[in-house]
Amino acid sequence: MNFCRTESLIDTVTHYCPGCGHGIIHRLVAEVLDELGVREKTIATAPVGCAVLFYNYMKCDIIECAHGRSPAVATAIKRLLPENVVFTYQGDGDLAAIGMAETIHAANRGENITVIFVNNAIYGMTGGQMAPTTLLGQMSTTTEAGRGNNQEGPPIKVCELLSMLDGVTYLERVAVNDAKNVIKTKKAIRKGFLNQIEGRGFSMVEVLSMCPTDWKVSPLKAAEFVNIDMKSVFPLGVYKDEDGQ
Amino acid sequence: MADIQIDIERCKGCGLCVLQCGHGCLKMSEDTNESGNTYAMINGSKDKCTGCGLCCQMCPDVAISICNEKTNTKKNKS
Repeated sequence: MNFCRTESLIDTVTHYCPGCGHGIIHRLVAEVLDELGVREKTIATAPVGCAVLFYNYMKCDIIECAHGRSPAVATAIKRLLPENVVFTYQGDGDLAAIGMAETIHAANRGENITVIFVNNAIYGMTGGQMAPTTLLGQMSTTTEAGRGNNQEGPPIKVCELLSMLDGVTYLERVAVNDAKNVIKTKKAIRKGFLNQIEGRGFSMVEVLSMCPTDWKVSPLKAAEFVNIDMKSVFPLGVYKDEDGQ
Repeated sequence: MADIQIDIERCKGCGLCVLQCGHGCLKMSEDTNESGNTYAMINGSKDKCTGCGLCCQMCPDVAISICNEKTNTKKNKS
């Protein structure tokens, strides 16, 4: 095999910390856009969070959205420009906290968009505060003794939550903690985009990702944390597939 | 034999590639690049590299590229 930087991924250094999963996921999305040949008609939305500079790394049109409003903005774009491929790229703070209403309603309406949801169980950009997806017992700057079941409540499982909605077409949870899972993640992202291109409706791919800096561990320990701790709370797999394949 | 190239100035030293390589082809440097990060480098010679690309899959900074000799060398940018 040959392996070179794909065309849709801008040839530049990212601002992400060493071992952050965003770089991997950016590359996978870019590769899928190139393989499907849809880069020229793709419009993405950038979130607020660590990936706020998403538009600096991808060679497609990208709109920066107010915090959490990506699914609403993507809805508008897709309805006005149905021939274009529209996807949102969101973190757990953007999608599952401030943007939960937009997420649920866009999913329930069955908007024909693709959502890439990066779950790293913490607020990265703002310095490691608790996110809706922070694990029980996991320490953050706002849960110094660890997230408590009685105090902060258990983590929100977005795939499970959205799987109950009739409008949703495809939900899969994947991870980028090792190469095998990275390859699976690309397949899931590809399916998410294909669903949209073929007009099947709302697709979301949740990607469990590493945040070594705010977890305060080494990149290798962070990959291990995803593999053992996160996967036990957020099991990988397909949560909904209306296409049935 | 696979031709593996590492852009050491792009490397941030996370070490995820070293963890993935099942053949012990990669190791971390002892010195740092211009950004002050240790970087991934070939451990000994390239002969052990099978070109599987797992290191490339894991690199968050797309700092590793691979070109296998069996394939068209025009695609090799390095």
